[in-house]
Amino acid sequence: MAAIQITDVEKRYRTLRALGGVSLTVEEGEFFGLLGPNGAGKTTLISILAGLNRADSGRVTVHGHDVVTDYRAARRLLGVVPQELVFDPFFTVRETLRLQSGYFGLKRNDDWIDEVMYHLDLSNKANANMRALSGGMKRRVLVAQALVHKPPVIVLDEPTAGVDVELRQTLWKFIARLNREGHTVVLTTHYLEEAQALCNRIAMLKSGKLVALDSTANLIHRISGSQLVLRLASGSLPDGLKPLVSHPDQLLGGNQYTLRVTDYAEVEPILARLRQSGAVVEDMQLQQADLEDVFIQIMESEK
Amino acid sequence: MIGPMVGFQTLFYKEVLRFWKVAAQTVAAPVLTAMLYLLIFGHVLEDHVHVYPGVKYTAFLVPGLIMMSVLQNAFANSSSSLIQSKITGNLVFVLLPPLSHRELFGAYVGAAVLRGVMVGCGVFVITALFIGLHYAAPWWIVLFALLGAAILGTLGLIAGIWADKFDQLAAFQNFLIMPLTFLSGVFYSIHSLPAFWQGVSRFNPFFYMIDGFRYGFFGQSDVAPAFSFAVVGCFFLAVAAFAMYLLKRGYKLRH
Repeated sequence: MAAIQITDVEKRYRTLRALGGVSLTVEEGEFFGLLGPNGAGKTTLISILAGLNRADSGRVTVHGHDVVTDYRAARRLLGVVPQELVFDPFFTVRETLRLQSGYFGLKRNDDWIDEVMYHLDLSNKANANMRALSGGMKRRVLVAQALVHKPPVIVLDEPTAGVDVELRQTLWKFIARLNREGHTVVLTTHYLEEAQALCNRIAMLKSGKLVALDSTANLIHRISGSQLVLRLASGSLPDGLKPLVSHPDQLLGGNQYTLRVTDYAEVEPILARLRQSGAVVEDMQLQQADLEDVFIQIMESEK
Repeated sequence: MIGPMVGFQTLFYKEVLRFWKVAAQTVAAPVLTAMLYLLIFGHVLEDHVHVYPGVKYTAFLVPGLIMMSVLQNAFANSSSSLIQSKITGNLVFVLLPPLSHRELFGAYVGAAVLRGVMVGCGVFVITALFIGLHYAAPWWIVLFALLGAAILGTLGLIAGIWADKFDQLAAFQNFLIMPLTFLSGVFYSIHSLPAFWQGVSRFNPFFYMIDGFRYGFFGQSDVAPAFSFAVVGCFFLAVAAFAMYLLKRGYKLRH
């Protein structure tokens, strides 16, 4: 059974179409990335999944439980880290986590609460009031709140926005461990290197529409090959190589060119043509395309 | 360990803890305010106003002040909790878990009733030390205090759901709750009013709460307590049904 099944979900805010018929499936145990520029509809989709927003049409299920008609079962299976840095100033960290645990029907859950706090480096702040915590610490508590009921599906909406490297590493280590133990993870982030390193499958949204959905490896391989970056000591790029230049402004002047190549075997013929034209290569780098290149290409092609 | 009522119990506990952590502001201060009302109105009007035969004005005033404290604090608890959570965004912690609209209603209104009754008890105990209070029908006192607090706790919940900003909540409180409370007979019997205003007062459900509550002390009231109970009970059922409808729909909570 799919961990999350989203079927033809539409959502409008007055005249603005936030989601226009999005369908996708997240399988159990996946580490799934949901990417898109600001306003693409990522948070709206997550809010509908979490029951914070209601879709105008379409259906969303978590482990087969409809998020509207069977919301109690669906929400028990979900742990959501909201994007906004929110907290209740009346309570300490431990009180906050105990309360959140209780809302999910769990009593005497201190063993797991202690373990979550330990893995998120919160143990020494357990009795601190939420108001006294730094932004990064508050973010850790938000993550801990989403995990207090050991949800099989964890949704993280930009959990590392504006936080330091230490928290990112702590967080990803813990989330990766939970994923290895079988928890499904859905992540939205603007840090594409994080998504590339962590997610085995990725969906890209733009203006409320799904514009890409594939494994991370396939996306990188399918959309864009490698890049050969050349700096010439003398001579100029032969006309036959100019169609390969990925940044057209490089043809206007300068001696550095970025050429698209789909296979390493293409490198030698390129060098041969350069030699034939009398150009001398001063420096050469072969760069693998990354998710950021893919993201930019897809978003630009959808303009 | 998962329990069927744990979600409701936790939210109720959290709502109680929220006001108890600032009890000087939420419990002690309203008791002091009520005592000041009693001191000033009682001192000024003691020899000028007689409402029921054999009942001094100060003694007449006490039940009204107790009930006013119960009502105002019950309203303040649920409304302030909800609007603060909405504005700061931490309402999401209550909206994400599998809490039903009935559990949300029960917890918010239950905590509001508790705070209202605690403040009412505070006023009652302190006034009892200075003024000899007698109780003709204690169960009517308990019944009307609980029902009144539940109604105002529910109205606070509705106001908190409806309001997007603090000034909207203040408007609800100042232009609806305060006039209905002050014009309900807290400081007077409606028999002292002109016939027209007596008629108008009978459309104010708050009048029946205070009149029935006062009956419990003096065994005398402007209308029969059973009739007041019927009016107040029906009013509670109506506002409770409306509040639960809003919560179930997610009005202004789930967009």
